[in-house]
Amino acid sequence: MNSRIATIASNTFREAVRDRVLYNLIGFAVLLSGAAILVGQISIDIEKLVVINLGLTAVSLFGVVIAIFVGIGLVSKEIEKRTLYTVLSRPVRRWEFIVGKFFGLAGTLVVNAFFMAIGVFAALLYVAHKFQKPDGWVLVALYFIILQFLIICSLALLFSSFSSPLLSAVFAFSLFVIGTFSEDLRNFAGMATGLTKWLATAVAYLIPNFSALNVISSVAHGQPVSGQLIVYNTLYALLYAIMALCGAILIFQRRNLK
Amino acid sequence: MGFWRKRPKCALRPLHLNVEEGEIFGFLGPNGAGKTTTLKMLMGLVFPTGGSARILGMDINDSTVKAQIGFLPEQPYFYDYLTARELLEYYGRLSGVVGKDLSPRVEKVLGRVGLPDVGGVQLRKFSKGMLQRVGIAQAILHEPKVVFFDEPMSGLDPMGRREVRDLMEQLKAEGKTVFFSTHILSDAEALCDRVAVIHLGELRAVGAVADLTSGVQGKVEIIWEGTSVPASIKALGAECHITGDTVRAVLAEESQDLALDVLRRERLRLVSLVPVRTTLEQYFVEKLKRSEKTAGSLV
Repeated sequence: MNSRIATIASNTFREAVRDRVLYNLIGFAVLLSGAAILVGQISIDIEKLVVINLGLTAVSLFGVVIAIFVGIGLVSKEIEKRTLYTVLSRPVRRWEFIVGKFFGLAGTLVVNAFFMAIGVFAALLYVAHKFQKPDGWVLVALYFIILQFLIICSLALLFSSFSSPLLSAVFAFSLFVIGTFSEDLRNFAGMATGLTKWLATAVAYLIPNFSALNVISSVAHGQPVSGQLIVYNTLYALLYAIMALCGAILIFQRRNLK
Repeated sequence: MGFWRKRPKCALRPLHLNVEEGEIFGFLGPNGAGKTTTLKMLMGLVFPTGGSARILGMDINDSTVKAQIGFLPEQPYFYDYLTARELLEYYGRLSGVVGKDLSPRVEKVLGRVGLPDVGGVQLRKFSKGMLQRVGIAQAILHEPKVVFFDEPMSGLDPMGRREVRDLMEQLKAEGKTVFFSTHILSDAEALCDRVAVIHLGELRAVGAVADLTSGVQGKVEIIWEGTSVPASIKALGAECHITGDTVRAVLAEESQDLALDVLRRERLRLVSLVPVRTTLEQYFVEKLKRSEKTAGSLV
């Protein structure tokens, strides 16, 4: 990574770490993991299932909320507060700024996910007293959650490069919700006919396929995740994030900073 | 246009301007004249619809030129979660100052702008004047060859303004080129080798301050000791002001000899006689009035 991108990324990470809102969100996530223990204890025989389901959902949901709320302000806030002027008047190319911001936010989310995952595993150990081999698949589910974060980060940045923070939040969150049901949308496209089929297919392929990245339920049931899915999901998430980032760069390259 | 996109506004008309290496160049104009837009174009923050600009012989779109320029935006705002030291280290790294060089340079520049003891304080606790100083620090941190300041005296108290003036003179002594925009004419008059006057996005005048203000107004100022104005001097149409035991009269140059005769006759002691020169402010106001008239006659 070039040094300017690394500098911008580390500053973005530092900004997120010093942001109090972030701690509130992490606090909520820890509380939810704690609640998983409580719910797990009253769920006879399915404690582990409840802990994994609730814990990983908390990691995913709070990570997405952080990604959206931090991501939407990454560019627009810098323009609004004019902090960007003193950055872009240096030998920093606009694409380096966008990429640096992306890595900074992605790094923040990975670190957050790491700490929240420790909470999930602690909760799991508390209810099951020991780890078993199928618990390893929880790590794969966490990896997929991180892949989701990469897509959400890039989308938040894309919207932030041309829209206001509020609209960016609406766009990004809507895409997350629709993307979560993308499998249903694909099924609908398969059943539809004529123009509806074309439209539904186009939308289904355009929106991010978050349902493929969600293996929380199967992992909670101790089912393994195929290596092929891991490879496909990795390639898909990276490609999608790169494309969204390229879009953000293309828009930002032409933008006048008034 | 209109519904989907904002109607474009002509912020700047063709502007031909050369700034010599090593000079302090003042960019003058009232609010909304196009000063900040010009600077933003030079920094690559907004894109001109046409034309080109070069800094140190390099095109402004060439990113290598940016390592050799420093920029202070108008009313700067910085990442307030950082301390002054962290902010300067951040900007230093972005400008290519790395390794062992960085820390001493940050301390040096903090001292240079009068903030040696607050490097560890978060910027959210800084006053407007202190932020302005940090802004100047980040602009000169990487020892650029050309420095662009947009309203550098804004938000500073008289002492701070004096210090910034001194700093700009030091930068000039170090061989750096300083380009600064201002609407405070006394600063420009005291500092600049040359100035340009811009109004309504159009360049109205450019030249050395001495040349622009050298024009005499055809009037002289006579000061003598006394507490009253002789009637024969009043009759010459002089504008007179009595302050303590001195009288100051401004009158037409052709009446100068007659006024001196009166003073001799009345045995009044002459203190001084000087031609009234145009100040930069008078020149500026005159230029703006003329350009507004021209604009008005075109409508």
